[in-house]
Amino acid sequence: MNPSMLFRHEAILALLTGVALFGLAALSDKFFTPGNLLNQGRLMSEVGLVALPMTFVIVTGGIDLSVGSILGLTAILLGVFWQNVGLPLPIAMVAAVVCGTLAGFGNGFIITRFKVPPLIATLATLALYRGLAEGISEARSVRGYPEWFFFFGQGEVAGVPFQLWVLIICTVTASVILGLTPFGRATYAVGANETAARFSGIRVDATKLWIYSAAGFLSAIAAVIFVSRVTTTRSDMGTGIELDVITGVVLGGTSIFGGKGTVVGTVIGLVLIQALKNGLALSGVKGDGTIVVIGAVLIGAILAGALFDRNRGGS
Amino acid sequence: MKVASRAASGSRSGPQRFLSGYGQELIVTLAIVVLFVVVGTLNPRFLSDNNINSIIAGNAYIAVAAIGMSMIIIAGHIDVSVGSLIGVIATIAGTMAVSGFPIWMAWLVPIAISMVINAGVGTLVAYTKIPSIVVTLGMLSILKGGLISATGGSWITDMPPEFMIAQFRLFGIPSSVYFMVVLTIIAAIFMRLTDFGRAIYAVGGNIEAARAAGLNAERTVIGVFALHGLFAGIAGILFATQLQVIQSTVPPNLELTVITASVIGGVSILGGIGSVVGSTLAAILFATIGSALIFLNVSAYWLRAVLGLMILATVLADMLRRRRSS
Repeated sequence: MNPSMLFRHEAILALLTGVALFGLAALSDKFFTPGNLLNQGRLMSEVGLVALPMTFVIVTGGIDLSVGSILGLTAILLGVFWQNVGLPLPIAMVAAVVCGTLAGFGNGFIITRFKVPPLIATLATLALYRGLAEGISEARSVRGYPEWFFFFGQGEVAGVPFQLWVLIICTVTASVILGLTPFGRATYAVGANETAARFSGIRVDATKLWIYSAAGFLSAIAAVIFVSRVTTTRSDMGTGIELDVITGVVLGGTSIFGGKGTVVGTVIGLVLIQALKNGLALSGVKGDGTIVVIGAVLIGAILAGALFDRNRGGS
Repeated sequence: MKVASRAASGSRSGPQRFLSGYGQELIVTLAIVVLFVVVGTLNPRFLSDNNINSIIAGNAYIAVAAIGMSMIIIAGHIDVSVGSLIGVIATIAGTMAVSGFPIWMAWLVPIAISMVINAGVGTLVAYTKIPSIVVTLGMLSILKGGLISATGGSWITDMPPEFMIAQFRLFGIPSSVYFMVVLTIIAAIFMRLTDFGRAIYAVGGNIEAARAAGLNAERTVIGVFALHGLFAGIAGILFATQLQVIQSTVPPNLELTVITASVIGGVSILGGIGSVVGSTLAAILFATIGSALIFLNVSAYWLRAVLGLMILATVLADMLRRRRSS
């Protein structure tokens, strides 16, 4: 696997994103304004945070469908810990994030200990975690958070939305881990050939446990930001986010078969999706029409990638 | 190994072979029977004709869609767009029915459209080698977004009564139940006894071996997607006609319910193993659990958590059983 092959998809995608950005700027003069772009950054932060560990998950050849449910469960637990249990809000936040991380660890445990295929394991926990959120909350929403709490979802640092800073820091960390550390190389090795990785002494199960736990952790962080942004807690939060996240990751060139993919690609994929959503909405396409475009772009980009490199197809 | 597990069972005695071949189906059937007996004892109204009818008839469309999904998964693929497809088919059918098309056209044209759409998906999957989860993820967006932007989520009402095929009754039983039973039996026979059915197992079990044996793997994949489109189309018509209104949006999480029914019914997500009978039984089991919770006065809010636990338990039991047998 030489680097030029690895970056081919990202290059095509970056080109596509550039064209889309210019096209959208030409369609609407409101698109390329700092205010709009920063606001779009705010809106893509939650999906972005979840997409980072999802890149790792898919690089190992796995998938995690339960991230949206973990997000919902964490949001509910945050509200319940604070309002019903009576914990101080900072402690409730930490406790909820710990629970979200444990939910992710649970996925990893089922997948590594019982050898359940990730698709099935997380399909089950998708229902389970969402069910727990619904059962615990009984469809009651939690409101009335103190003013300082809204900083995480609505505040700004140096003129840039707070959660965008979080996303940027996490993105840099994730790309360093995946690209430059032994852990990152282990991640690729597990995805490329799990048996070979095992025989060459890589701790396959531990690697996976860390990655699925990280998916739980960042979904939980996204939940706190989500609750802070919309000022209320509901059990259906994050429903369907897994499909948005997977679309971003796959569009970013990560192979669903594992062993291939970069964090940079994922970020470009997410930017393209968010730019299309926003730009088309600004130029008068209704919200649901943009979903059609995103679906078409997903298939088109993967198709283009496959056609540019027919040899890759057989993997 | 996948193919071998079924083949190996041939060396055992008759009943044992039957048990190992249909273990999952038996477990699901047993679970349904136990639920009916226990809940029926606690609350006899659970066993009323009305309730049993609503359990089975109201969910028959899920079972029908799960037949096609099982075939897709047995062939080693997956379709996450089936929920959106059913929404689109139901809306097209309802719109045709109220716009004065002949009733048979309002039934058959959407089914044909469903088959064409999925044959297209199958062609992409078969010839470009793009994983089916990616293609159908894209289709999910296209169908869902297309549907809502075309209709604005409006409701279709005042459909002619002769269009409502799911509500037709024979001997007091809604026709959707007959559809479910007959289609399951036909599909089961088809999968076991026809060349094409066996080709689906072969392609899902080991595509290289299937090719070496002279099967046209690409054509098999396209065919199985088209078949899946047929079942999804029929499911869409049943869904469209079981209530007096069609809300022209996508039923939430329907694709996951359908996939879950297939998996609980014993179809291995790795391909090559499973039957279409199991998924129908699993769809009935889900509906029974949902209804049982209501009759046992368990808060409906906990329904999904119970389902999730059940899925997890089934999957873990299946993995342990498989490990012991290998």
